[in-house]
Amino acid sequence: MVMAERVSVTTFRTDVFNNWCPGCGDFGILSALQMSLAELNLQPHKVAVFSGIGCSGKLPHYVNVYGIHTLHGRVLPFAIGAKLANPELTVIAVGGDGDGLGIGAGHFLNSGRRNVDILYIIHNNGVYGLTKGQASPTLRRGMKTKSLPRENINDAINPIAAAIVAGYTFVARGYAYDTKHLKDLIKRGIEHKGMAFIDVLQPCPTYNDIHTKEWYGGEDRKDPATGKPVPRIYKLESVGYDGEVRNESEVTEKMSRAIMKSFEMGDNIPIGVFYSNPLVPTYEERIGAFAPNYANFPPAVQPIRNLAYRPVAKIDDILEEFAVK
Amino acid sequence: MMDLKQRSSPKFCWMIGGSQGSGVDSAANAYAYTIASAGYNVFGKREYYSNIKGEHSYFTVVASNGNVRSVLEEIHMLVTFDAETVFRHAFNVLPGGGVIYDQSQVEEKLRNIHTLEPPVVKRVSEVLGKEASDVRLKDVLNYVEGKKVKLYPIPYSDLLKRVGDLIGQQQLSFLTRLVNIMAVAASLSIMDVDLRYLQAALEYTFRGKKKVVGMNMTAAQTIHEYVRGSFTSFLDYKLPQVTPNNRDVFIMNGTTVVGIAKIASGCRFQTYYPITPASDESVFLEDKAVFPLNSDVEYEYPHIAEGKYVGKEGNIVVVQAEDEIAAIDMAVGASLAGVRAATATSGPGFSLMMEGLGWAGMNEVPVVVTLYQRGGPSTGLPTRHEQGDMLFTIHAGHGEFPRIVLASGDMEEAFYDTIKAFNYAERYQMPVIHLLDKSIANSTITLRRPSLDNVIIERGLWADGELANGGKTFKRYEYTESGLSPRVALGTKGGIFWATGDEHDELGHITEDPTIRDAMMEKRMRKIELADSEIPVEEKISVYGDRSSDKWIVSWGSTKGPILDAMEELTGIRDDLAFLQVRLLHPFPSAPIIEILRNARMIIDIEQNYSGQLGQLMRMRTSIAPTHHILKYNGRPFSMSELVVALQDVISNGTKRVVCKGE
Repeated sequence: MVMAERVSVTTFRTDVFNNWCPGCGDFGILSALQMSLAELNLQPHKVAVFSGIGCSGKLPHYVNVYGIHTLHGRVLPFAIGAKLANPELTVIAVGGDGDGLGIGAGHFLNSGRRNVDILYIIHNNGVYGLTKGQASPTLRRGMKTKSLPRENINDAINPIAAAIVAGYTFVARGYAYDTKHLKDLIKRGIEHKGMAFIDVLQPCPTYNDIHTKEWYGGEDRKDPATGKPVPRIYKLESVGYDGEVRNESEVTEKMSRAIMKSFEMGDNIPIGVFYSNPLVPTYEERIGAFAPNYANFPPAVQPIRNLAYRPVAKIDDILEEFAVK
Repeated sequence: MMDLKQRSSPKFCWMIGGSQGSGVDSAANAYAYTIASAGYNVFGKREYYSNIKGEHSYFTVVASNGNVRSVLEEIHMLVTFDAETVFRHAFNVLPGGGVIYDQSQVEEKLRNIHTLEPPVVKRVSEVLGKEASDVRLKDVLNYVEGKKVKLYPIPYSDLLKRVGDLIGQQQLSFLTRLVNIMAVAASLSIMDVDLRYLQAALEYTFRGKKKVVGMNMTAAQTIHEYVRGSFTSFLDYKLPQVTPNNRDVFIMNGTTVVGIAKIASGCRFQTYYPITPASDESVFLEDKAVFPLNSDVEYEYPHIAEGKYVGKEGNIVVVQAEDEIAAIDMAVGASLAGVRAATATSGPGFSLMMEGLGWAGMNEVPVVVTLYQRGGPSTGLPTRHEQGDMLFTIHAGHGEFPRIVLASGDMEEAFYDTIKAFNYAERYQMPVIHLLDKSIANSTITLRRPSLDNVIIERGLWADGELANGGKTFKRYEYTESGLSPRVALGTKGGIFWATGDEHDELGHITEDPTIRDAMMEKRMRKIELADSEIPVEEKISVYGDRSSDKWIVSWGSTKGPILDAMEELTGIRDDLAFLQVRLLHPFPSAPIIEILRNARMIIDIEQNYSGQLGQLMRMRTSIAPTHHILKYNGRPFSMSELVVALQDVISNGTKRVVCKGE
C-alpha cells in the first residue's frame, strides 16, 4: 500500500486562471472547500468534485482533485453514479441555485430519497450570473435585482425546507464570506454518513445588488449605541439550536423545528446545521442488504475478465432457469 | 389429415387472446414451453395495449421442426375464452384449422364489446354482410364454419365446477384463474400433444409452486377428457414430426437475453426509468443483481483494485432513476469511475438523453444505451413495434461527436451485440447505441445455449501503471495519432484529470482557443475513422443468399427474421434473391455495401418505418438508393406471410412501394 502523503491547502490548488468576478462569493466557497479537504487530510486522487453549469460550475477546474464539470442541473446524477460505482471516493457536488433548484430540481428532490453518501453544495446568490443576472429560484417575489426589467414574479423556493422534506440527512446553511464557519460545515458534510446538503448564501457582486456583502453584514442598520453594523447573519449554535437526531423518536420533531427555523429570513438569517440524522441507512447500505459484498467489492474494483480477456461472470445458473426440459 | 401447407419448413401457428390481466401471457408462455419441451422450435409474438386490465391482448406462437423466426398471418389453432378474441381473429383461421371458444358466449353481441375499435366493428359486419347492431358471436362462428373452420365449443363454467369439486374449491373468482391454462390444454388435446409436456411447462411458468401446478394440471386433465369425449373431428393440420431429445435450448425473450449478456459482458452498473418495452431488462437485472464468478481462473483486476478484497460473487448496481436524464448521467458517472455502465430505454426516454449523450461524446466516456424502439413519434404506440429511431440515433444530440450505432437482427445477435457494444464503447471511448425493438424485446423464442467461448472483453486503452506521481500532469485528452488517449478511473493515483462539456485542453480544462478547438475536434472525430477501419466487415454486415444476385433486399434490425423466413418460403420460386443485413449503422459500412450492391438491378428496402430510413442513409453514404420499398408502420411486426406476398408484388409487378398492413 502507498503511504498517504501529507496534504495542505496548496495541494488542492491548480494553476488554472480563475475568471470569476472580483469579489465573487465563489472564492469563499472555493477556499473553504480546499481548507476542508486539507484538514481532513484527504488524498487528492481519492476525491472527485462534480459541478453543474454556471459560474459555480467552473469550481472543479480550480481544485486539484478529479474534477468533473457536468451539465446544467445534472450534477447530482453524475456524482451519484460515480459514488455508487466506487463508494471509496469522496464525492462532492457543487452547483448554483438555478442549477440545483430550477433546471435540476427533480434530481435535487429525488437525491434526498436515496441518501447516497455524498455532499452537495449550492452556491445561492439569487441570480443566474453567467447569463447576466436573471432571477433564480431563490430570489424572493417582488425583488428587482440589477438586470431584471421588473420585479421578480415568482415566489422563492426554500432550499433548506425542500432538502429536509426530500430526505437529506444533513442540512446546513453557510455564508460564503465566513469561510472558517463554512469550512467546518463542509468538513461535517463530508464526514456525515449519507446525503449532505449545504446551502451557501453568496453575494453576486455583479448582478445581485440587493443581497450584497454589505446587506448581509448589516451595514444599513447600525446599532445606535455602538455605531456598529448589526449583521443579518447569525449562527444557530449561538442561540443553542441543536438539529441533530440522536434517536428515531426525535425525527419528526427535529425535522419540523428545522423547517420552521428555515423560514427565518430577512433581517435575521441563521447559518449552521439545521438538521442532521445519521440514523438513516445510506443507499450503499441498502444495496448491501441484498448484495452483501457490495461494500468491499463494488463495481469499480470488480474484475470482469481473466488474464486471457475472457468474461469471468458465470451465467449458467441464470440460463438454467430458462432451460427447456 | 393434411400436412401443413407446403412450406420448406412446416409451421404451425397457434394464437391465444383475451382481455389483459386474464392470464393470456402466462397461458401463451406455458404453451410455448410445452411445445418447445415436445421438441419444436418456437417463435412467439406478444401484442398488448398500453393498459393494465381490460383491453385485448393476444399472443401468437409458431412452432416448427425447422427454422422459425417470425409469425404467420394465418392461424391453425385459435384459442379463446372471451368473445372479443373470436370477433377479432376468427377470420384468420385457415380452413381445416380450429377455434376453441366459450359456448356460453355465442349470443354475445358485437356492439356490446366496448374495447373493439370502430374499424374492427366495421370490418366484421362488412364480412358478415350484416348491420353491426345485429351481429352476434354465433354469426362469426357460422361464417367461419362455412369456410371449413372447425369449431370447438367448451362449457368452461361447467368444467370449472367439475375442477372445483376435484380440488375442493368452489369459489368462482378463484377457479376462473384456471381458465387460461384449461384453454391451452384444450388446444393441446385437439393437436394431440401429450399433456406431460404441459406439466413441465407449468412447473416453469409457476416457478415450482407445487399447489398451483397441481390445480392447473387437474384443470388440464379435466378439459382433456372433455375434449376427447366430445369431439371426433380434429384439425386438418398436424404438427410436423419431431423426436424429442435432450436439446440444450432455452426459452427466452429479448430483454432477458440482453440482461444475461450484460452480466457476461462485465456491465456492473445499469440505470433506467420505467418505460415500455425496455424496463423488463432492468427489472431482470435487479433480480439477478448477485451472480457467481468463475473461481478457477486468474482475474485481471482493475488498477484501483490492487490489494483489495476479491469476492466470489459479482454484483451489478441497478438504479431506477428519477428520469432518463438522470439515467444516462448516472451511467456516465459510473463509467468515469471505470465501470462498464449502461442504460436501457425506449424512444421517449432516449429523447431525454440527448444532452448526456453529447457530454459522453465530448468527454470520451464509454457508455452503452440499449434502445428498444417502439412506435413513435411522441408516446406514439407505447406497446407496439417500429424501427423509427435509427436516423435519430445517428444524429442524436447537438453538435458533432462520434458515436457507434449497431442494430441486432434477432436474439442471438442481440446477445453477442450487447457484449460487442461494451467492447466498442471502451475501445473507442464513446457512447454506443445498441438498437433493438419491441419485437425483439417481447418475442419468445427457443434459443441455443449462448456460448462465451469466442467472447473477448476488450477494455481499450488505459494509463494505469504508467502514471507519473505529480497528479497535475496527466493528460486525459492527450493528442494522439489514433485519436485515442489512455484513460484512468476516478480514484487512480497520479491520474487526476478534469472533464467538461465545454471544449477543453489535454488536461480537461475549459478553452475557447481556436487552434485547440480544431485539434480536439479532429482528435475526437479520428476515433470514428479508426472504428470504421478496425471493425471487421463481418460485424458490419451480413449477407444471405447468392452474392452474385442482382436482386437484393436491404434491411436492418429485427426484420431479419421475417425476411429470412420469407426467403426460405420462396425457395424454388425466387432463388435469385439475396439479402444484405446492415448491422453497423454508424460508422456506416459504405465500402463493403458499395462493393455488394454495385451491380444490383433491384434493391428492395424493407423496414418498419414510414420513410425508409436505411434507404435514406445508404443513399447519403454510398450514393446508392433503393429501387423499391416494402414498409410497415402500423405497429405490428412483419409476418412472414405478408412479406412473401409483398416481395412477389415488388418483383413480379414492379410495385415501387408496398405498405404492409397485417396485424
